[in-house]
Amino acid sequence: MGVAASGWAGRARAANRLVAMARLKVLAAMSGGVDSAVAAARAVDAGHEVTGVHLALSSNPQSYRSGARGCCTLEDARDARRAADVIGIPFYVWDLAERFAADVVADFVAEYARGRTPNPCLRCNEKIKFAAVLDRAVALGFDAVCTGHHARLDAGRLRRSVDTGKDQSYVLAVLTQAQLDRALFPLGDCTKDEVRAEAARRGLAVAAKPDSHDVCFIPDGDTRGFLAARLGRSPGVIVAPDGALVGRHDGSYAFTVGQRKGLALGTPAADGRPRYVLDIQPVTGTVTVGPAEALDVRQITAERAVWTGCPPPSKPRDCLVQYRAHGEPLPAVATQDGDLLRIQLQTTARGVAPGQAAVLYDGDTVLGSATIAAAA
Amino acid sequence: MNDSGSAGGSPDQAQDYLVYLDHAATTPMLPDAIAVMTRELAQLGNPSSLHNAGRRARRVVEESRELIAECYGARPSEVIFTSGGTEADNLAVKGLYWARRDGDRRRSRVLVTAVEHHAVLDPAQWLASHEAAQVGRLPVDRTGLITPDALRAAIEAGPGPEAVALISVMWANNEVGTIQPIAGLAAVAREYQIPFHTDAVQAAGPLPVSFAAAGVDALTLSGHKIGGPVGVGALLLARGAEPVPVLHGGGQERDVRSGTLDAPAIAAFAAAAQIVVKHREEEAARLAALRDSLIQRVLAAVPDAILNGAPPGPGRLPGNAHFSFPGCEGDALLMLLDAKGIACSTGSACTAGVAQPSHVLLAMGADEGRARGSLRFSFGATSTAADVAAVAAVIGEVVDRARRAGRA
Repeated sequence: MGVAASGWAGRARAANRLVAMARLKVLAAMSGGVDSAVAAARAVDAGHEVTGVHLALSSNPQSYRSGARGCCTLEDARDARRAADVIGIPFYVWDLAERFAADVVADFVAEYARGRTPNPCLRCNEKIKFAAVLDRAVALGFDAVCTGHHARLDAGRLRRSVDTGKDQSYVLAVLTQAQLDRALFPLGDCTKDEVRAEAARRGLAVAAKPDSHDVCFIPDGDTRGFLAARLGRSPGVIVAPDGALVGRHDGSYAFTVGQRKGLALGTPAADGRPRYVLDIQPVTGTVTVGPAEALDVRQITAERAVWTGCPPPSKPRDCLVQYRAHGEPLPAVATQDGDLLRIQLQTTARGVAPGQAAVLYDGDTVLGSATIAAAA
Repeated sequence: MNDSGSAGGSPDQAQDYLVYLDHAATTPMLPDAIAVMTRELAQLGNPSSLHNAGRRARRVVEESRELIAECYGARPSEVIFTSGGTEADNLAVKGLYWARRDGDRRRSRVLVTAVEHHAVLDPAQWLASHEAAQVGRLPVDRTGLITPDALRAAIEAGPGPEAVALISVMWANNEVGTIQPIAGLAAVAREYQIPFHTDAVQAAGPLPVSFAAAGVDALTLSGHKIGGPVGVGALLLARGAEPVPVLHGGGQERDVRSGTLDAPAIAAFAAAAQIVVKHREEEAARLAALRDSLIQRVLAAVPDAILNGAPPGPGRLPGNAHFSFPGCEGDALLMLLDAKGIACSTGSACTAGVAQPSHVLLAMGADEGRARGSLRFSFGATSTAADVAAVAAVIGEVVDRARRAGRA
């Protein structure tokens, strides 16, 4: 069963507006971190009937032993359980390992193999937390899924967190209106520091737990090694923009457009300036490197657009575009062209990587999101 | 947007009563056992000490040992107290394996049924990984039963009886409640002079369990499954069966199990055993009636539900009802029932609380869907007809909802 379109007067949305506080049956996804714990506690305070669920995303027992760096370790499950105890809500573990492996990990590997740079957190929100989990929750009688993301929902529109440094609207912008209508983000109106302080006040042991940064299914942080183990050795050449051979590599999947470090080039650039990855051709295995200014683009082409902050624009739309997580938003004009979204930047952007999301904002409100296919 | 129509004082809310139908996991301590334990906790003395306080504690332990022996058809010297069923199983499987292999290097086969508890399966697997054991999984039929002929065939198979170190077959299955013909199986083992261990943790409450009459060499008991405390159990161990210890130390318990004896827990364990054995027949009949009523009402509410295990009768634990609900995930069923104040079990839990498909059902030939969509209700001393009625009132809608979630 899919997420039912529930109209603009959804009760979850009303709850996010903090008006007409409907009592909802809420499933709180609890990672074991401080944010989701406080979010669940706030949902309880708001009068909802809350059940905590920890998502077991790894079927590899090794990752259960590798410490609390990811979001699916045994230690994290225990932290989430203890937080649920303190908050006073029922708690369960849901095994989403198969779905996660298929929809997030396999997608991650396949995207790199295509020369693109995926964002697995975004994919996890799209396919796991607000799809597999949400669908199951709705079928089981829940009204909404609550997470500890730093973002606001305001009359059904996704907005940036007031803590711009921790804002996660970028990785949520892929959600459809039906998904947002079933979402609760109780933390969007406060800063991370405030969340930590509140966790301490509430007696939650995770108050001082470090933030997770790495890709959760690559606990040692070695993305290149992770990909090499799955994609094998696939040697190719590294060339300058004029085609001159400047190096060799063991797999084009190890590179990201805009990358500077780790190129291991034997031949220095003629002008002695740093070189960056400009282009990746996975079929031939050719990686092109060149000067920073060659990364400058003014035009982004994106696909699979999702619109939640406005109807699909019928004419060019002024907006701000953010093209990677934690990147600066840049002024742009977006035009829907059939299945494609063409984004004309008003300034130059550097290091726009295919596979990342281009998220369009009006001020701090998300208008829509699309996957970057090309930039020029 | 709320498709359940259950806003406000919803039927989904937890009720203010608790329907506890997970007695196979643990069952409430009997009031007499609590009284004995409480009294003994206030006393001083290490049972191994030679002074007056020690002698007093030792007397408590020895009287308890005599009670346990009497309850379960053993001699007092055959009772080895442990920290519980898991330790007793480990001592039997690993200890007897080591002792038998030390006696003859050819003895490296460990025969266990595929439906054993993990406290037997995992030590056997550990022996395979670390001690060059070959683990033979005895096949069971669709109800979880192994026959003496199947055991005989397994003993004769491969390198033959001389290579078998030990056999372990549980008396009654903790998940599906199937009772094994232990005396018949032990008789086969005896023909070959192979040590035979049985995990009788689930059987020791509702079934007549006699160590001597069964003819086994080692038998596992657990305190908290019969109304005693958690953290105490026993291995009944025939004289002549000398396992290599798992725990080394002060040499308590015939040098087989070192560690300070827990007099309060042991006394409460013995008190519970005495009560349970005394009232066994009428209590077993009472639980069987509740169980049969539950089975009938669940099958009426969910016609395609499958009763797993042996049919109700002498081949099944009186307090066990175990179903598969096709199209459902067991953990979804458990959560929905929990929200209604009904406590039951999916059968086997695992690391991080992630439910795994039951190895017991898979061994009985169930497909993975049937193994995943299973639920165990188990009755005990505090169970009543109201518990049955509470499950019967909601199981239909709970299964409907879990089915929708299973398709989501």
